[in-house]
Amino acid sequence: MKLADFTYEVREGLGISFQAIRANKMRSVLTTLGIVIGILSVTLMGTAIEGLSRGFNESIAKIGADVLYVQKWPWFGGEDWWKYRNRKKIDYSNFKAIEKQATLVKTVSPAAWTVVPVKYNGRSGSTVFTIGSNHLYLETGGMSMDMGRFFSQAESDGGRPVVVLGYGVAENLFPRENPIGQNLRVGNSTFRIVGVVEKQGSFLGDESADNRIVIPIEAFFQKFGGNRGIQISVKAADIKNLEDTKEELRGILRKARRVAPGAEDDFSINQQDLIIQKFNTIGGVVAGIGIFITALSLFVGAIGIMNIMFVSVTERTKEIGIRMAIGARRGTILLQFLIEAGVLSLMGGIIGVIIAYPLSLLINQVLPTSMPLSVVAVALLLSILVGMISGFLPANRASKLDPVEALRYE
Amino acid sequence: MNVINIKSIRKTYIMGTEEVHALVDVSLSIDRGEYVAIMGPSGSGKSTLMNMLGCLDTPTSGLYEFNGVNVSEMNDNQLARVRNKEIGFVFQTFNLIPRSDALHNVELPLVYGGVNAADRKRLAREALTHVNLADRMHHKPNELSGGQRQRVAIARALVTKPSIILADEPTGNLDTKTGDDIMALLEELHLQGNTIILVTHEEYIAEHAHRIIRLRDGKVERDEHVDKRVVPKIEEPV
Ligand SMILES: Nc1ncnc2c1ncn2[C@@H]1O[C@H](COP(=O)(O)OP(=O)(O)O)[C@@H](O)[C@H]1O
Ligand SMILES: [Mg+2]
Repeated sequence: MKLADFTYEVREGLGISFQAIRANKMRSVLTTLGIVIGILSVTLMGTAIEGLSRGFNESIAKIGADVLYVQKWPWFGGEDWWKYRNRKKIDYSNFKAIEKQATLVKTVSPAAWTVVPVKYNGRSGSTVFTIGSNHLYLETGGMSMDMGRFFSQAESDGGRPVVVLGYGVAENLFPRENPIGQNLRVGNSTFRIVGVVEKQGSFLGDESADNRIVIPIEAFFQKFGGNRGIQISVKAADIKNLEDTKEELRGILRKARRVAPGAEDDFSINQQDLIIQKFNTIGGVVAGIGIFITALSLFVGAIGIMNIMFVSVTERTKEIGIRMAIGARRGTILLQFLIEAGVLSLMGGIIGVIIAYPLSLLINQVLPTSMPLSVVAVALLLSILVGMISGFLPANRASKLDPVEALRYE
Repeated sequence: MNVINIKSIRKTYIMGTEEVHALVDVSLSIDRGEYVAIMGPSGSGKSTLMNMLGCLDTPTSGLYEFNGVNVSEMNDNQLARVRNKEIGFVFQTFNLIPRSDALHNVELPLVYGGVNAADRKRLAREALTHVNLADRMHHKPNELSGGQRQRVAIARALVTKPSIILADEPTGNLDTKTGDDIMALLEELHLQGNTIILVTHEEYIAEHAHRIIRLRDGKVERDEHVDKRVVPKIEEPV
């Protein structure tokens, strides 16, 4: 059969389908209910999963999923409190060692912290953490500036009296004024404000990060004393190599801290893997429920379409006989009913997508997402496929009819 | 040359344990340009023979040559192709597609014949004009009278320029006046060179034909040529 013939037959099949569906509007719509629900759930699931993964990627930096934290205490499994307490503190020389030797890292930042009164014009807000860090603090923490700038490497190394405010601190102390260029009292010293960090308290961000100020760590040591424990944040060059990065850090730290071979680490390298796990769990649950509902309703929809197509074939037995008499081949009849089942199901799919769209806007209230075009395309293809599969048995029956018998059918 | 040549055709239906012999040892040949009427009482095998001639059905045994080609051994697709290209059916119950308009009904054989849309439309319009329905192209069957529906069916049979037109009791569902119009149309088609085979059980309808084949119990009882120059004789009381 030539391609042109096939095209004519497909077009004829489409024409017949639209006529048949128009002739039985109510029946057609009811038939596709299962498909509508199936496609609705598959698109919403796709949208939600897309939202979760986009949210995950957006916040991977914010929550520090690619950041290792060198600390005295482990975050989890603190069963041996005394042991951790008696560990040597993590000090600035450890930071210097990592900064110098690590190869799998993108940025390294130290963080020393204290709580001292922070005032502007005699006004003070709630308790503010003062952090001493380097110029890479922002990048390591996956943050960006709201206004102004972060302090430079020169200011950091030179211990200049400059300060960057967390968003909450800026909001509290400068409800109306522009803080940039103003002088801030930190303890007994004065620091010039050069910038404000963007708000962190959004989706899975760290709210306490808004209630901080950051000064160069050299300045911090001068004002508040250098002999103190710090935390070291290490951003991995590639999140996929997080484990290797961790191993490299261990090696560097054991040498720097002179841990005897065979002895246990006297430090902890913490990471946010629990959050990653939680993400995977949520995604898995959404996918599981979604796939279950989708499969169930598509199955119900497929049965509905198969049923209505059998009815349709029986109702149109005579018509099938007529078409055979004037030259339709068995394959032509098969194709016609497959197309009709596909179109019917596609109609359900389109209705499903149309209903899913406003619902996806609701999902967008909690997750950063919009209905992805790829999900719409997959959903519509899926509905056509389901229609054709469920239409196969009825279409096959139609194509096997004996033309004489079919013509005699009343 | 013979369009149709059948030799010793049998068609036997099995009904439970009983065999029904619908056609028994039928042989006949029909030339191009003939106008043949097949007559016989109900159940004599007329429709069975028509279905066989129209390649809708295959004989239980015997030979059927159509245009010199053995049809009795063709597969379904080959038979569909013969029906599409070579045969035009006209049925007692018109058998139009109810949801399609007249034009599309007439176009349909050309769709299955792989004719492009522009030619299809043109040929279908010509055929409908031929049967005097140029002003009814976009009417659906239920918007047409019985006579008009049968004209659409005849246009559909004509549109592919088939070798034969098979009409199974084409006036059976029409009143006498409309039936006469349809017979006049068939006669006109015959004069234009079409080969027509007509099934009827009405003597006055059969008299339009040039040859009458009479069936009884699945056998050819009589096969006679009618001399049209002879005025139909009136039954005179003896
Ligand atoms: N599909 C069938 N199954 C069984 N018997 C059939 C079938 N078709 C026709 N017959 C029988 O074959 C005989 C001829 O039928 P048919 O050709 O329809 O007669 P006609 O058209 O002359 O009235 C009848 O006895 C009929 O009952
Ligand atoms: Mg009959």
